Parts: sequence; structure tokens; C-alpha cells
Amino acid sequence: MNEINKPNETVKESVIQFEAVTFGYAGSKGLVLDGMSLDVLKGSLTAILGPNGAGKTTLLQLILGWLRPRSGMIKLNNKPLADYSRRAMGQAMSLVPQSEHISFDFEVVDYVLLGRAPYLAPLDQPTAQDEAIAMETLEMVGISQLASRPVTALSGGERQLVLLARALAQQPKLLLLDEPTSHLDLGNKARLISILRQLNRQGVSVIFTTHEPEVASQLADQMILMRDGKVMGAGSAGDVFEGKTLSELYGVPVTVAEVEGRRVAIWG
Amino acid sequence: MSPGRLLNDALAQRLVFNLRLPRILTAVLLGMSLSAAGAVLQMIFGNPLVEPGFLGVSQGAAFGAAFSIITFSGMTWLVQPVAALFAFVGLGLSYLVARHVRFGGWLLRLILAGIAVSALFSAGLGILKYVADPLSQLPEITFWMLGGLWTLNWPKFLSIVPAVLLGLSVIWLMRWRLNLLSLNDQTAFSLGTAPARERLILLTMAVLVTAAVVSVAGIVSWVGLIIPHIVRRVFGADARELIPASMLIGAMFTLVCDTLARTIFPGEVPLGILTSLIGASVFLYLMHAGKRP
Repeated sequence: MNEINKPNETVKESVIQFEAVTFGYAGSKGLVLDGMSLDVLKGSLTAILGPNGAGKTTLLQLILGWLRPRSGMIKLNNKPLADYSRRAMGQAMSLVPQSEHISFDFEVVDYVLLGRAPYLAPLDQPTAQDEAIAMETLEMVGISQLASRPVTALSGGERQLVLLARALAQQPKLLLLDEPTSHLDLGNKARLISILRQLNRQGVSVIFTTHEPEVASQLADQMILMRDGKVMGAGSAGDVFEGKTLSELYGVPVTVAEVEGRRVAIWG
Repeated sequence: MSPGRLLNDALAQRLVFNLRLPRILTAVLLGMSLSAAGAVLQMIFGNPLVEPGFLGVSQGAAFGAAFSIITFSGMTWLVQPVAALFAFVGLGLSYLVARHVRFGGWLLRLILAGIAVSALFSAGLGILKYVADPLSQLPEITFWMLGGLWTLNWPKFLSIVPAVLLGLSVIWLMRWRLNLLSLNDQTAFSLGTAPARERLILLTMAVLVTAAVVSVAGIVSWVGLIIPHIVRRVFGADARELIPASMLIGAMFTLVCDTLARTIFPGEVPLGILTSLIGASVFLYLMHAGKRP
């Protein structure tokens, strides 16, 4: 078992546990994940790092409950995912997808308001309080000036921040992000990283996928390295983020250097 | 006719209360139902170019009604349930065909499948016309294909009230959910919904109200497409406003069209022809006007 908390002797609670999880897409014989076990600590900022096609997004969708394992068990806060109601699951965790096709010209604030869905019964309408929470999350993400703009008129980076705001309106204890920096320029990347750190300080566990070692190294305190559906290494960022492991992971020579107290990967 | 005559003219009273009133009320329900169903289908399929007539629903209902008129002639109470049944069959067939088409995105496939299934039902309706009794059954079936409200009376109006009331109430109450269901499945799921189940409920209600109004008014096209489009331009995409506004504007639109159908020529123009003429013209204008639907 790849236990992230091995170096740490004090017993910590996990937010996500995989127990011998096997997964393959319907109609294909091959397995995407084969007997994967892992533990993600509550309160951690965990990066799932690996090359394209490693199975990172699949892993995220399994955690989300959107995909179900062929065998094995996934637990959220020590309770099997299958035992959660749809609404309880939506209150416990939320997802920031990499991108999203939007068919209609919703206003940004109405779009963010959709994050309140897990707190509303199917026949309920959002209340003034829900609207206030939507506005607060827009402010927190720093895009309250976009509130009444149509979502479809936003740039890729602005849209991703809107998706983040919607996920935050769910007030999750666990935030999942799929390649969160892929559409962001340098300034927005820095903004995202500081927002995620701030959330993490407030006790939200964060799991994000990325294929960029820099993003992982800058943000994560825990890392899961994935390749071909297997965990190549997992642990605290300090232990895992080093040249030999990364070279193996990407199949090209990688050196890790320290620049101004920060570890960066140099390749090629 | 001056309103004062209602007080003392028995003929005027009969005309207004027995002929006009049920017709007016049905026109209102017809517009509300088609517009709301159109808005619902557009949102749950995430495509602003969908309406009940595009998915085999209207044609299925019309075929079912004609089938019932010929096969069970005399049992008029059966027309509506059989129309509803075939409306669902039409939708189901469109869905199944779309799943098995091998090219194009999901929405393109759905529209193509809907057009093909609608054409099949139209052809079936054409065949039924041949076997129909030209004096008693044929006029009734022709009416189905063109749509109109001139046969409306109180019993017909009352027969659609339960289904329409149920369907529209559920759509009204779940209108905010439509915003959620217009997102892709995985996102809707991550927001704590059960997208497949909720889509099915709303889809059922949309087909139910469509089948009910088609069973008394025939195929009245373009209302379900054009009204939500216009409303979205004015009130925005949020279904909390889209649904009530579509119901209101849709009711007004069919009421005006039906009044025109009754009055512009000495003989009555089929309502479906008028709504298509106006609806398609407005649609072309909106497309030309450029802004995204």
C-alpha cells in the first residue's frame, strides 16, 4: 500500500481511501487502474502528477463517484462512497472541471449559484442566502466585477475562475480540481494558488491533477505520482519530488534544482 | 359584437360561453404547454434548437391520435391516451436511433434521428389517410396534421386539464433544476443531482403536456422553438425566468394566432399553418440578427 502518511508517525485521518481499486471502461478489456490503494490525508493539498494519459482524470472521477470501480472500495471520510446520498456527496466534495461546454448565456452569478444545488431539495428555489453565498464566492475568487456578464462571453481563464467559484459555493470539505491551471496565465495561476492555499488553511482538503511538475511542486504538500494507471510513488512533496522518480515518471531525464528556496524540475 | 349583448342575448351567451371560451382557454393552455415543453427540451438536451416537433413527439402524438380514430372509431376517450403513448414512443425511438447513429455529435444525432422518426410517423399518418373513411375520419385526420382549435368544446378542454396542470406544475416547481440539467452529466452529478433521473422526470412532463394539447389541437409547430428563443433574448437564460415567461408569451402568441386563424379569412385558416408562418419568419429574423440564441 502506498501510504502517504508513512513518514509521519502520528495517526492522521484520511479524507479519501482507495482499497485495491480496479477500474476499466465498459466494453474495453484493459484496466485503467489495477488494484490501486492509496490514502489522502484530511487537510492536505495533494497533487496527482503524471504524464498525459496516466489515468489522472479517471482517478479524479472515481473519487467524485461519477465512475464506479469494478472491484475494491473507495471511502470518503471513512464511509464508503456508495453509502452517500447524492446531496450529501455534493455537500462533501465539489469538482472544478478542466473546461465545460456551456449551451446557454447564463449570467456569471446565476452560474455560480448552481453550486448551491446540494443544499436544495429538487422542488426548492435558491434563497436570498444562497444568492449571498454565490456573491461571496465570486468576491473570494476576485471576479465579482463579472457577476452580471454572460458566462459565454468570458475568456478561458475567467471561465475557469467561474468554475472554481461555483465549486466553492458548494462549501465542500474536499475540493477536486482537474488540471486547474491549464487555461490560466501567470497572474491567474498565482491567484489560483493563493486561493487554494487560503482554503486549505481553512481546513478544506484539496486534490488536483496536473501534468506540470512546477505547479505540483509550488502548491502541493503531498503528491501521488501516476503513470499507466499505476502509482509510481506517493508521499510528502519533499520525498517524492526528486530527479530519479520524475525521470522515471516522464521517461525523460529530469533534474530537480532549488531556486530561491523552491524546487523546480529541469528537463531535456 | 358589443359586450352588452351578453346580458340579454341568449345566442351571444351561448356563442361566448360554449364556443369561444373553451377555445380561448385551450389556446392559452396550448401555448403554455408547447412553450414550456420546448424550453424544457432545449435545456435538458443542452441545445437551443430543439422543440417537441423535432424529436418525434408531436408527429408521434398525431399518428397515435389518427390510429386511434381509425382503429377504435367511436371510442373518442381513447384518442388522448393513445396519442400520449405514441408521443413517448416517438421520443423513445428518436433517442434509440440517435444512440446508434455512427457519426456526428450527440445533439446532431438526436436532431437527425428526430427528423427521421417524425418523417416515419408523418408517412404512417399519410397511409392512415388512405384507409380512413373519407367522409367521417379523413377530415378529422387532416385536421391533426395542420392543427387547429375549431372543434374545441368544454369536454375536450376539460379532458386535457389534468395532464396539462400536472405537467406544467412539475415543470414550474423544478424550473431552477433545469439550469443544472443543462450542464453536462458529470458536472450536474458533481453538483449533487441525479441527472439521469431528473432529466427523465422533466422529459416525461414535457412529453405529457405536449401529447395532451396535441390530442385536441393537432400539430401546432414552431411555438415550442420560437417562444423560448424570444424569451431568452429578453429575460436571459435562467430557467427561473425562462419558464414563467415562456408560458406567458406562449399563451399570448397562440391566442393571437388562433384569433387571426378565425378572423383573417371568411373560412378558418389552420392554426398550425399560421404559427409555422409567423414562427419560422421570426426565427429566420433572429438568426439573421446575429446574437447567439
